[in-house]
Amino acid sequence: MITLEATYVLMGLMVGGIAAVNARDATNPRRWRTTAFWTLYALLFLAGSYLPALVSGVLVLSMVGVAAAGLGQGTATSSTTESRSASAARWKNRLFVPVLVVPVATFAGSVALKGLTVNGRPLVDPKQATQIALGLATVLGLGTALVMLRPPLSASITEARRLMDSVGWAAVLPQSLAALGAVFAAAGVGTVIADLSTTYLPLGTPLAAVIAYAVGMALFTMVMGNAFAAFPVMTAGIGLPLVVQQYHGDVVIVTAIGMLSGFCGTLMTPMAANYNIVPAALLELRDRYGVIRAQVPTALILLVANIVLMAVFAFR
Amino acid sequence: MLPDMLPLIGILIVVVGFALRLNALLVVTLAGLATGVASGKLLPDVIALFGQAFVESRYVAIVWLVLPVIGLVERAGLKERSRAVIGGIQMATAGRVLVVYLALRQVTSALGLVSLGGHAQMVRPLVAPMAEGAAELRHGALPIATRERIKAMAAGADNVGMFFGEDVFVAIGSILLIRGFLEQNGIIVEPLQLARWAIPTALIAFAVHGTRMLLLDRRVAREVLADAARVEATAPDTPAAHP
Repeated sequence: MITLEATYVLMGLMVGGIAAVNARDATNPRRWRTTAFWTLYALLFLAGSYLPALVSGVLVLSMVGVAAAGLGQGTATSSTTESRSASAARWKNRLFVPVLVVPVATFAGSVALKGLTVNGRPLVDPKQATQIALGLATVLGLGTALVMLRPPLSASITEARRLMDSVGWAAVLPQSLAALGAVFAAAGVGTVIADLSTTYLPLGTPLAAVIAYAVGMALFTMVMGNAFAAFPVMTAGIGLPLVVQQYHGDVVIVTAIGMLSGFCGTLMTPMAANYNIVPAALLELRDRYGVIRAQVPTALILLVANIVLMAVFAFR
Repeated sequence: MLPDMLPLIGILIVVVGFALRLNALLVVTLAGLATGVASGKLLPDVIALFGQAFVESRYVAIVWLVLPVIGLVERAGLKERSRAVIGGIQMATAGRVLVVYLALRQVTSALGLVSLGGHAQMVRPLVAPMAEGAAELRHGALPIATRERIKAMAAGADNVGMFFGEDVFVAIGSILLIRGFLEQNGIIVEPLQLARWAIPTALIAFAVHGTRMLLLDRRVAREVLADAARVEATAPDTPAAHP
Protein backbone atom coordinates (compact mmCIF):
# COMPACT_ATOMS: atom_id res chain seq x y z
CA MET A 1 0.00 0.00 0.00
CA ILE A 2 1.28 3.46 -0.92
CA THR A 3 1.21 5.79 2.07
CA LEU A 4 2.06 9.42 2.65
CA GLU A 5 5.64 8.39 3.45
CA ALA A 6 6.53 8.65 -0.25
CA THR A 7 5.41 12.28 -0.42
CA TYR A 8 7.31 13.00 2.80
CA VAL A 9 10.48 11.75 1.12
CA LEU A 10 9.81 14.11 -1.80
CA MET A 11 9.29 17.00 0.63
CA GLY A 12 12.47 16.08 2.48
CA LEU A 13 14.46 16.10 -0.75
CA MET A 14 13.00 19.42 -1.88
CA VAL A 15 13.54 21.15 1.47
CA GLY A 16 17.03 19.63 1.69
CA GLY A 17 17.75 21.06 -1.75
CA ILE A 18 16.52 24.46 -0.60
CA ALA A 19 18.92 24.25 2.36
CA ALA A 20 21.78 23.37 0.01
CA VAL A 21 21.06 26.31 -2.31
CA ASN A 22 21.04 28.62 0.70
CA ALA A 23 24.33 27.20 1.96
CA ARG A 24 25.98 28.17 -1.33
CA ASP A 25 24.39 31.62 -1.57
CA ALA A 26 26.62 34.39 -0.21
CA THR A 27 23.97 37.03 -1.03
CA ASN A 28 21.81 35.78 1.86
CA PRO A 29 22.75 37.93 4.89
CA ARG A 30 21.63 35.14 7.23
CA ARG A 31 22.89 32.32 5.12
CA TRP A 32 23.73 29.77 7.83
CA ARG A 33 20.64 30.30 9.95
CA THR A 34 18.45 29.85 6.87
CA THR A 35 20.45 26.74 5.93
CA ALA A 36 20.11 25.31 9.45
CA PHE A 37 16.35 25.95 9.53
CA TRP A 38 15.62 24.12 6.28
CA THR A 39 18.09 21.31 7.07
CA LEU A 40 16.24 20.56 10.32
CA TYR A 41 12.90 20.68 8.52
CA ALA A 42 14.17 18.30 5.82
CA LEU A 43 15.36 15.93 8.54
CA LEU A 44 11.89 15.87 10.13
CA PHE A 45 10.40 14.88 6.78
CA LEU A 46 12.94 12.19 5.93
CA ALA A 47 13.38 10.68 9.39
CA GLY A 48 10.32 11.92 11.31
CA SER A 49 8.54 8.58 11.16
CA TYR A 50 11.50 6.77 12.74
CA LEU A 51 12.73 9.29 15.32
CA PRO A 52 11.70 9.06 18.99
CA ALA A 53 9.07 11.71 19.76
CA LEU A 54 11.40 13.54 22.16
CA VAL A 55 14.09 13.87 19.46
CA SER A 56 11.50 15.22 17.00
CA GLY A 57 10.39 17.68 19.67
CA VAL A 58 13.94 18.89 20.25
CA LEU A 59 14.45 19.30 16.49
CA VAL A 60 11.23 21.35 16.27
CA LEU A 61 12.33 23.54 19.18
CA SER A 62 15.71 24.08 17.48
CA MET A 63 13.93 25.20 14.31
CA VAL A 64 11.82 27.62 16.33
CA GLY A 65 14.93 28.99 18.03
CA VAL A 66 16.68 29.60 14.71
CA ALA A 67 13.53 31.19 13.23
CA ALA A 68 13.12 33.47 16.25
CA ALA A 69 16.70 34.68 15.77
CA GLY A 70 15.71 35.64 12.21
CA LEU A 71 15.91 34.05 8.77
CA GLY A 72 17.18 35.75 5.61
CA GLN A 73 16.66 35.62 1.90
CA GLY A 74 19.21 35.62 -0.91
CA THR A 75 18.94 38.19 -3.68
CA ALA A 76 20.26 36.07 -6.55
CA THR A 77 17.71 35.67 -9.35
CA SER A 78 17.67 33.33 -12.32
CA SER A 79 15.59 35.53 -14.62
CA THR A 80 15.23 39.18 -15.62
CA THR A 81 12.19 41.28 -16.46
CA GLU A 82 13.25 41.16 -20.11
CA SER A 83 13.74 37.40 -20.22
CA ARG A 84 10.35 36.82 -18.60
CA SER A 85 8.55 39.19 -20.98
CA ALA A 86 10.18 37.58 -24.00
CA SER A 87 9.34 34.10 -22.75
CA ALA A 88 5.73 35.11 -21.96
CA ALA A 89 5.35 36.47 -25.50
CA ARG A 90 6.70 33.24 -26.93
CA TRP A 91 4.71 30.70 -24.89
CA LYS A 92 1.46 32.65 -24.62
CA ASN A 93 -1.37 30.70 -22.95
CA ARG A 94 0.53 27.42 -23.05
CA LEU A 95 2.33 28.76 -19.95
CA PHE A 96 -0.80 27.98 -17.94
CA VAL A 97 -0.61 24.27 -18.76
CA PRO A 98 1.94 23.12 -16.11
CA VAL A 99 0.17 25.22 -13.45
CA LEU A 100 -3.27 23.83 -14.23
CA VAL A 101 -1.96 20.26 -14.48
CA VAL A 102 -1.55 20.27 -10.69
CA PRO A 103 -5.15 20.91 -9.52
CA VAL A 104 -6.68 18.86 -12.33
CA ALA A 105 -4.39 15.88 -11.70
CA THR A 106 -4.96 16.20 -7.95
CA PHE A 107 -8.69 15.89 -8.43
CA ALA A 108 -8.48 13.11 -11.03
CA GLY A 109 -5.89 11.29 -8.94
CA SER A 110 -7.87 11.46 -5.71
CA VAL A 111 -10.91 9.98 -7.44
CA ALA A 112 -8.91 7.29 -9.25
CA LEU A 113 -6.69 6.31 -6.30
CA LYS A 114 -9.66 5.75 -3.98
CA GLY A 115 -11.02 3.06 -6.28
CA LEU A 116 -7.79 1.24 -7.16
CA THR A 117 -7.17 -2.15 -5.63
CA VAL A 118 -4.32 -4.62 -6.03
CA ASN A 119 -5.11 -8.23 -5.08
CA GLY A 120 -8.24 -7.04 -3.30
CA ARG A 121 -6.33 -4.52 -1.17
CA PRO A 122 -6.56 -0.77 -1.73
CA LEU A 123 -3.47 0.62 -3.48
CA VAL A 124 -3.45 3.71 -1.28
CA ASP A 125 -4.98 4.48 2.09
CA PRO A 126 -8.36 6.00 1.08
CA LYS A 127 -8.10 8.61 3.86
CA GLN A 128 -4.82 9.85 2.42
CA ALA A 129 -5.82 9.62 -1.25
CA THR A 130 -6.16 13.39 -1.79
CA GLN A 131 -2.80 14.21 -0.18
CA ILE A 132 -1.03 11.45 -2.11
CA ALA A 133 -2.74 12.61 -5.33
CA LEU A 134 -1.51 16.15 -4.63
CA GLY A 135 2.03 14.86 -4.25
CA LEU A 136 1.83 12.90 -7.52
CA ALA A 137 0.20 15.85 -9.30
CA THR A 138 3.06 18.18 -8.37
CA VAL A 139 5.54 15.67 -9.83
CA LEU A 140 3.46 15.55 -13.01
CA GLY A 141 3.32 19.36 -13.11
CA LEU A 142 7.08 19.61 -12.63
CA GLY A 143 7.66 17.07 -15.40
CA THR A 144 5.42 19.05 -17.73
CA ALA A 145 7.23 22.29 -16.94
CA LEU A 146 10.68 20.72 -17.42
CA VAL A 147 9.82 19.05 -20.74
CA MET A 148 8.01 22.08 -22.08
CA LEU A 149 10.18 24.98 -20.95
CA ARG A 150 13.55 23.18 -20.90
CA PRO A 151 15.08 25.30 -18.12
CA PRO A 152 18.43 24.31 -16.58
CA LEU A 153 17.58 21.42 -14.24
CA SER A 154 18.93 23.33 -11.22
CA ALA A 155 16.35 26.07 -11.84
CA SER A 156 13.58 23.94 -10.33
CA ILE A 157 15.27 23.95 -6.94
CA THR A 158 16.61 27.54 -7.08
CA GLU A 159 13.11 28.75 -8.01
CA ALA A 160 11.53 26.66 -5.24
CA ARG A 161 14.10 28.24 -2.89
CA ARG A 162 13.12 31.75 -4.03
CA LEU A 163 9.44 31.10 -3.20
CA MET A 164 10.07 29.12 -0.01
CA ASP A 165 12.36 31.77 1.46
CA SER A 166 9.82 34.48 0.68
CA VAL A 167 7.37 32.51 2.83
CA GLY A 168 10.04 31.78 5.45
CA TRP A 169 9.13 30.26 8.82
CA ALA A 170 5.42 30.86 8.14
CA ALA A 171 5.63 27.71 6.01
CA VAL A 172 6.00 25.68 9.20
CA LEU A 173 3.33 27.49 11.22
CA PRO A 174 0.36 25.27 10.22
CA GLN A 175 2.19 22.21 11.57
CA SER A 176 3.12 23.97 14.81
CA LEU A 177 -0.51 24.99 15.27
CA ALA A 178 -1.61 21.39 14.76
CA ALA A 179 0.88 20.43 17.48
CA LEU A 180 -0.50 23.19 19.75
CA GLY A 181 -3.99 21.80 19.14
CA ALA A 182 -2.79 18.36 20.29
CA VAL A 183 -1.36 19.87 23.50
CA PHE A 184 -4.59 21.82 24.10
CA ALA A 185 -6.60 18.63 23.68
CA ALA A 186 -4.33 16.68 26.06
CA ALA A 187 -4.57 19.48 28.65
CA GLY A 188 -8.38 19.62 28.43
CA VAL A 189 -8.54 23.26 27.33
CA GLY A 190 -11.81 22.64 25.47
CA THR A 191 -13.71 21.39 28.52
CA VAL A 192 -12.50 24.33 30.63
CA ILE A 193 -13.83 26.76 28.00
CA ALA A 194 -17.15 24.93 27.69
CA ASP A 195 -17.60 25.00 31.49
CA LEU A 196 -16.78 28.69 31.62
CA SER A 197 -19.15 29.62 28.83
CA THR A 198 -22.11 27.68 30.22
CA THR A 199 -21.45 29.04 33.72
CA TYR A 200 -21.10 32.71 32.89
CA LEU A 201 -23.10 33.35 29.70
CA PRO A 202 -26.70 34.62 29.92
CA LEU A 203 -28.67 31.85 28.26
CA GLY A 204 -32.19 32.54 29.51
CA THR A 205 -33.98 32.84 26.16
CA PRO A 206 -33.79 30.92 22.86
CA LEU A 207 -32.29 33.96 21.12
CA ALA A 208 -29.64 34.39 23.81
CA ALA A 209 -28.76 30.70 23.53
CA VAL A 210 -28.51 30.95 19.72
CA ILE A 211 -26.25 34.01 19.97
CA ALA A 212 -24.09 32.37 22.63
CA TYR A 213 -23.72 29.22 20.50
CA ALA A 214 -22.93 31.01 17.21
CA VAL A 215 -20.61 33.62 18.73
CA GLY A 216 -19.07 30.93 20.93
CA MET A 217 -18.34 28.82 17.85
CA ALA A 218 -16.70 31.81 16.12
CA LEU A 219 -14.63 32.82 19.17
CA PHE A 220 -13.52 29.32 20.11
CA THR A 221 -12.61 28.67 16.47
CA MET A 222 -10.49 31.81 16.56
CA VAL A 223 -8.69 30.45 19.62
CA MET A 224 -8.18 26.94 18.24
CA GLY A 225 -7.67 28.04 14.62
CA ASN A 226 -10.04 25.32 13.48
CA ALA A 227 -13.83 25.01 13.49
CA PHE A 228 -13.53 21.23 13.69
CA ALA A 229 -11.89 21.52 17.11
CA ALA A 230 -14.48 24.00 18.35
CA PHE A 231 -17.59 22.19 17.10
CA PRO A 232 -17.73 19.20 19.48
CA VAL A 233 -16.93 21.38 22.50
CA MET A 234 -19.44 24.18 21.85
CA THR A 235 -22.17 21.86 20.56
CA ALA A 236 -21.90 19.57 23.58
CA GLY A 237 -21.77 22.62 25.88
CA ILE A 238 -24.45 24.93 24.45
CA GLY A 239 -25.82 23.75 21.09
CA LEU A 240 -27.35 20.41 22.05
CA PRO A 241 -28.35 20.86 25.72
CA LEU A 242 -29.73 24.39 25.38
CA VAL A 243 -30.64 25.37 21.82
CA VAL A 244 -31.86 21.92 20.76
CA GLN A 245 -33.08 20.16 23.91
CA GLN A 246 -34.25 22.97 26.19
CA TYR A 247 -35.60 25.33 23.52
CA HIS A 248 -36.54 22.68 20.92
CA GLY A 249 -34.46 24.03 18.05
CA ASP A 250 -34.21 21.88 14.91
CA VAL A 251 -31.02 19.84 15.36
CA VAL A 252 -30.08 19.85 11.66
CA ILE A 253 -30.41 23.62 11.25
CA VAL A 254 -28.69 24.41 14.54
CA THR A 255 -25.63 22.21 13.96
CA ALA A 256 -25.25 23.00 10.25
CA ILE A 257 -25.34 26.75 10.83
CA GLY A 258 -23.29 26.38 14.02
CA MET A 259 -20.44 24.92 11.97
CA LEU A 260 -20.73 27.78 9.45
CA SER A 261 -20.53 30.28 12.33
CA GLY A 262 -17.24 28.62 13.22
CA PHE A 263 -16.01 29.23 9.66
CA CYS A 264 -16.64 32.97 10.22
CA GLY A 265 -14.14 32.70 13.08
CA THR A 266 -11.63 30.93 10.80
CA LEU A 267 -11.63 34.00 8.52
CA MET A 268 -10.60 36.26 11.44
CA THR A 269 -7.78 34.43 13.21
CA PRO A 270 -4.02 34.17 12.70
CA MET A 271 -4.33 30.73 14.31
CA ALA A 272 -5.76 29.47 10.99
CA ALA A 273 -2.30 30.00 9.57
CA ASN A 274 -2.62 28.06 6.33
CA TYR A 275 -5.61 30.18 5.27
CA ASN A 276 -4.60 33.57 6.65
CA ILE A 277 -0.89 33.87 7.45
CA VAL A 278 0.70 31.63 4.81
CA PRO A 279 -1.10 33.40 1.92
CA ALA A 280 0.05 36.78 3.25
CA ALA A 281 3.62 35.47 3.13
CA LEU A 282 3.10 33.78 -0.23
CA LEU A 283 1.75 37.00 -1.76
CA GLU A 284 4.63 38.95 -0.14
CA LEU A 285 2.33 41.31 1.76
CA ARG A 286 4.09 43.70 4.15
CA ASP A 287 1.19 43.38 6.59
CA ARG A 288 1.17 39.84 7.96
CA TYR A 289 -2.46 40.32 9.00
CA GLY A 290 -3.45 41.84 5.63
CA VAL A 291 -5.56 38.85 4.56
CA ILE A 292 -7.38 38.79 7.90
CA ARG A 293 -8.06 42.53 7.63
CA ALA A 294 -9.55 41.99 4.18
CA GLN A 295 -11.83 39.23 5.52
CA VAL A 296 -13.10 40.62 8.83
CA PRO A 297 -16.03 42.68 7.43
CA THR A 298 -17.33 39.70 5.45
CA ALA A 299 -16.89 37.39 8.44
CA LEU A 300 -18.81 39.67 10.84
CA ILE A 301 -21.70 40.23 8.43
CA LEU A 302 -21.93 36.47 7.83
CA LEU A 303 -21.88 35.74 11.56
CA VAL A 304 -24.87 38.06 12.07
CA ALA A 305 -26.58 36.44 9.06
CA ASN A 306 -26.03 32.99 10.58
CA ILE A 307 -27.53 34.07 13.90
CA VAL A 308 -30.59 35.48 12.12
CA LEU A 309 -30.98 32.31 9.99
CA MET A 310 -30.71 30.06 13.04
CA ALA A 311 -33.09 32.17 15.15
CA VAL A 312 -35.69 32.41 12.39
CA PHE A 313 -35.67 28.86 11.02
CA ALA A 314 -34.65 26.59 13.90
CA PHE A 315 -37.71 27.23 16.08
CA ARG A 316 -40.52 26.99 13.52
CA MET B 1 -11.17 27.52 40.54
CA LEU B 2 -7.62 28.65 39.91
CA PRO B 3 -6.03 25.26 39.16
CA ASP B 4 -8.80 24.55 36.63
CA MET B 5 -8.06 27.77 34.76
CA LEU B 6 -4.31 27.14 34.52
CA PRO B 7 -4.34 25.28 31.16
CA LEU B 8 -5.80 28.44 29.62
CA ILE B 9 -2.42 30.15 29.99
CA GLY B 10 -1.59 28.99 26.46
CA ILE B 11 -4.52 30.95 25.06
CA LEU B 12 -3.37 34.03 26.96
CA ILE B 13 0.14 33.67 25.52
CA VAL B 14 -1.25 33.28 22.00
CA VAL B 15 -3.54 36.31 22.24
CA VAL B 16 -0.87 38.58 23.75
CA GLY B 17 1.84 37.28 21.42
CA PHE B 18 -0.19 37.80 18.27
CA ALA B 19 -1.37 41.23 19.45
CA LEU B 20 2.24 42.31 20.03
CA ARG B 21 3.17 40.85 16.62
CA LEU B 22 5.91 38.69 18.07
CA ASN B 23 7.29 35.85 15.93
CA ALA B 24 4.19 33.65 15.57
CA LEU B 25 6.18 30.41 15.43
CA LEU B 26 7.82 31.25 18.75
CA VAL B 27 4.52 32.31 20.35
CA VAL B 28 2.74 29.12 19.32
CA THR B 29 5.58 26.91 20.57
CA LEU B 30 5.81 28.69 23.93
CA ALA B 31 2.02 28.48 24.31
CA GLY B 32 2.20 24.74 23.72
CA LEU B 33 4.97 24.20 26.25
CA ALA B 34 3.28 26.42 28.86
CA THR B 35 -0.09 24.70 28.45
CA GLY B 36 1.45 21.27 28.76
CA VAL B 37 3.43 22.15 31.90
CA ALA B 38 0.45 23.99 33.42
CA SER B 39 -1.69 20.87 33.03
CA GLY B 40 0.79 18.95 35.17
CA LYS B 41 2.96 17.20 32.58
CA LEU B 42 6.74 17.03 32.73
CA LEU B 43 8.61 19.27 30.27
CA PRO B 44 10.26 16.39 28.34
CA ASP B 45 6.85 14.76 27.92
CA VAL B 46 5.41 18.01 26.60
CA ILE B 47 8.30 18.41 24.14
CA ALA B 48 7.78 14.84 22.98
CA LEU B 49 4.03 15.40 22.56
CA PHE B 50 4.71 18.58 20.58
CA GLY B 51 7.27 16.84 18.38
CA GLN B 52 5.05 13.85 17.74
CA ALA B 53 2.07 16.02 16.77
CA PHE B 54 4.32 18.13 14.52
CA VAL B 55 5.57 15.02 12.72
CA GLU B 56 2.07 13.53 12.46
CA SER B 57 0.72 16.66 10.79
CA ARG B 58 3.40 16.78 8.08
CA TYR B 59 0.64 16.15 5.55
CA VAL B 60 -0.48 19.82 5.76
CA ALA B 61 2.88 20.81 4.23
CA ILE B 62 2.59 18.64 1.10
CA VAL B 63 1.12 21.60 -0.79
CA TRP B 64 4.63 23.15 -0.82
CA LEU B 65 5.65 20.52 -3.37
CA VAL B 66 3.95 22.77 -5.92
CA LEU B 67 6.61 25.48 -5.46
CA PRO B 68 9.13 24.16 -8.04
CA VAL B 69 6.36 24.10 -10.67
CA ILE B 70 5.13 27.62 -9.89
CA GLY B 71 8.70 28.90 -9.64
CA LEU B 72 9.74 27.49 -13.02
CA VAL B 73 6.68 28.83 -14.79
CA GLU B 74 7.05 32.23 -13.10
CA ARG B 75 10.64 32.25 -14.35
CA ALA B 76 9.24 31.70 -17.84
CA GLY B 77 6.90 34.70 -17.54
CA LEU B 78 3.68 33.38 -15.93
CA LYS B 79 2.79 36.62 -14.15
CA GLU B 80 3.54 38.68 -17.27
CA ARG B 81 1.28 36.41 -19.31
CA SER B 82 -1.52 36.52 -16.70
CA ARG B 83 -1.52 40.31 -16.97
CA ALA B 84 -1.47 40.23 -20.77
CA VAL B 85 -4.49 37.91 -20.84
CA ILE B 86 -6.46 40.21 -18.57
CA GLY B 87 -5.32 43.19 -20.66
CA GLY B 88 -7.13 41.66 -23.63
CA ILE B 89 -10.46 41.77 -21.80
CA GLN B 90 -11.87 45.31 -21.92
CA MET B 91 -14.47 44.65 -19.21
CA ALA B 92 -11.95 43.41 -16.65
CA THR B 93 -11.41 45.21 -13.35
CA ALA B 94 -9.72 43.89 -10.18
CA GLY B 95 -13.09 43.49 -8.47
CA ARG B 96 -14.72 41.71 -11.40
CA VAL B 97 -11.79 39.30 -11.78
CA LEU B 98 -12.14 38.43 -8.09
CA VAL B 99 -15.92 38.01 -8.28
CA VAL B 100 -15.49 35.53 -11.13
CA TYR B 101 -12.90 33.60 -9.12
CA LEU B 102 -15.10 33.67 -6.00
CA ALA B 103 -18.00 32.22 -8.01
CA LEU B 104 -15.80 29.53 -9.58
CA ARG B 105 -14.26 28.62 -6.22
CA GLN B 106 -17.62 28.43 -4.50
CA VAL B 107 -19.35 26.38 -7.20
CA THR B 108 -16.47 23.92 -7.62
CA SER B 109 -16.19 23.51 -3.83
CA ALA B 110 -19.93 22.85 -3.63
CA LEU B 111 -19.39 20.07 -6.17
CA GLY B 112 -16.64 18.60 -4.01
CA LEU B 113 -13.78 19.92 -6.16
CA VAL B 114 -12.00 21.67 -3.29
CA SER B 115 -8.60 20.69 -4.67
CA LEU B 116 -9.07 22.87 -7.76
CA GLY B 117 -8.17 26.06 -5.85
CA GLY B 118 -5.67 27.06 -3.21
CA HIS B 119 -3.28 29.87 -2.37
CA ALA B 120 -0.08 28.30 -3.69
CA GLN B 121 -1.73 26.61 -6.68
CA MET B 122 -4.08 29.32 -7.96
CA VAL B 123 -3.96 32.63 -6.07
CA ARG B 124 -0.25 33.41 -6.19
CA PRO B 125 0.40 32.36 -9.82
CA LEU B 126 -2.91 33.32 -11.47
CA VAL B 127 -5.63 35.14 -9.54
CA ALA B 128 -3.59 37.83 -7.79
CA PRO B 129 -1.54 38.82 -10.90
CA MET B 130 -4.73 38.96 -12.97
CA ALA B 131 -6.53 41.20 -10.47
CA GLU B 132 -3.46 43.43 -10.10
CA GLY B 133 -2.98 43.52 -13.87
CA ALA B 134 -6.59 44.55 -14.46
CA ALA B 135 -6.26 47.43 -11.98
CA GLU B 136 -2.93 48.53 -13.49
CA LEU B 137 -4.28 48.61 -17.02
CA ARG B 138 -7.11 50.85 -15.91
CA HIS B 139 -5.22 53.14 -13.55
CA GLY B 140 -1.51 52.86 -14.37
CA ALA B 141 1.00 52.22 -11.60
CA LEU B 142 -0.68 51.44 -8.26
CA PRO B 143 0.32 52.75 -4.80
CA ILE B 144 1.82 49.95 -2.70
CA ALA B 145 -1.06 49.96 -0.19
CA THR B 146 -3.57 49.54 -3.02
CA ARG B 147 -1.57 46.70 -4.53
CA GLU B 148 -1.49 44.94 -1.15
CA ARG B 149 -5.23 45.39 -0.68
CA ILE B 150 -5.95 43.76 -4.04
CA LYS B 151 -3.68 40.81 -3.26
CA ALA B 152 -5.23 40.37 0.19
CA MET B 153 -8.72 40.38 -1.33
CA ALA B 154 -7.56 37.72 -3.81
CA ALA B 155 -6.55 35.46 -0.92
CA GLY B 156 -9.88 36.24 0.78
CA ALA B 157 -11.79 35.18 -2.34
CA ASP B 158 -10.19 31.74 -2.16
CA ASN B 159 -11.00 31.33 1.55
CA VAL B 160 -14.58 32.65 1.47
CA GLY B 161 -15.35 30.68 -1.70
CA MET B 162 -14.07 27.44 -0.25
CA PHE B 163 -15.44 27.73 3.32
CA PHE B 164 -18.93 28.67 2.20
CA GLY B 165 -19.01 26.37 -0.80
CA GLU B 166 -17.66 23.08 0.53
CA ASP B 167 -20.42 22.59 3.12
CA VAL B 168 -22.98 22.32 0.32
CA PHE B 169 -21.20 19.10 -0.73
CA VAL B 170 -22.48 16.09 1.24
CA ALA B 171 -19.21 14.17 1.58
CA ILE B 172 -17.01 16.97 2.91
CA GLY B 173 -15.22 16.65 6.28
CA SER B 174 -17.33 19.16 8.18
CA ILE B 175 -20.64 17.53 7.24
CA LEU B 176 -19.28 14.12 8.19
CA LEU B 177 -18.00 15.55 11.49
CA ILE B 178 -21.44 16.97 12.39
CA ARG B 179 -23.11 13.69 11.46
CA GLY B 180 -20.60 11.63 13.44
CA PHE B 181 -20.89 13.88 16.49
CA LEU B 182 -24.69 13.72 16.48
CA GLU B 183 -24.61 9.95 16.00
CA GLN B 184 -22.49 9.61 19.16
CA ASN B 185 -25.23 11.55 20.93
CA GLY B 186 -27.91 9.21 19.62
CA ILE B 187 -29.26 11.51 16.91
CA ILE B 188 -29.28 10.24 13.32
CA VAL B 189 -29.33 12.88 10.56
CA GLU B 190 -28.85 12.62 6.82
CA PRO B 191 -25.82 14.43 5.30
CA LEU B 192 -28.12 15.79 2.60
CA GLN B 193 -30.25 17.64 5.19
CA LEU B 194 -27.14 19.22 6.70
CA ALA B 195 -25.78 20.21 3.29
CA ARG B 196 -29.14 21.77 2.34
CA TRP B 197 -28.92 24.12 5.33
CA ALA B 198 -25.51 25.31 4.19
CA ILE B 199 -27.09 26.84 1.07
CA PRO B 200 -28.63 30.03 2.58
CA THR B 201 -25.31 31.05 4.16
CA ALA B 202 -23.48 30.18 0.92
CA LEU B 203 -25.73 32.55 -1.06
CA ILE B 204 -25.37 35.34 1.51
CA ALA B 205 -21.59 34.84 1.53
CA PHE B 206 -21.44 35.30 -2.24
CA ALA B 207 -23.66 38.39 -2.10
CA VAL B 208 -21.68 40.01 0.73
CA HIS B 209 -18.17 39.21 -0.44
CA GLY B 210 -19.03 39.81 -4.10
CA THR B 211 -20.38 43.26 -3.26
CA ARG B 212 -17.28 44.09 -1.27
CA MET B 213 -15.14 43.13 -4.25
CA LEU B 214 -17.05 45.35 -6.62
CA LEU B 215 -16.70 48.17 -4.08
CA LEU B 216 -12.96 47.47 -4.14
CA ASP B 217 -12.82 48.90 -7.68
CA ARG B 218 -14.10 52.27 -6.45
CA ARG B 219 -11.66 52.24 -3.59
CA VAL B 220 -8.77 51.47 -5.96
CA ALA B 221 -9.78 54.40 -8.19
CA ARG B 222 -10.02 56.70 -5.16
CA GLU B 223 -6.64 55.65 -3.78
CA VAL B 224 -4.91 56.04 -7.14
CA LEU B 225 -6.33 59.58 -7.49
CA ALA B 226 -5.34 60.53 -3.95
CA ASP B 227 -1.84 59.18 -4.53
CA ALA B 228 -1.49 61.08 -7.81
CA ALA B 229 -2.62 64.30 -6.08
CA ARG B 230 -0.06 63.78 -3.33
CA VAL B 231 2.74 63.16 -5.83
CA GLU B 232 1.76 66.28 -7.76
CA ALA B 233 1.68 68.39 -4.60
CA THR B 234 5.19 67.35 -3.60
CA ALA B 235 6.68 67.37 -7.11
CA PRO B 236 9.49 69.95 -7.54
CA ASP B 237 8.41 70.96 -11.06
CA THR B 238 5.32 72.90 -9.99
CA PRO B 239 6.61 76.49 -9.96
CA ALA B 240 3.11 77.89 -9.28
CA ALA B 241 3.37 76.63 -5.73
CA HIS B 242 6.56 78.64 -5.16
CA PRO B 243 5.90 82.11 -6.54
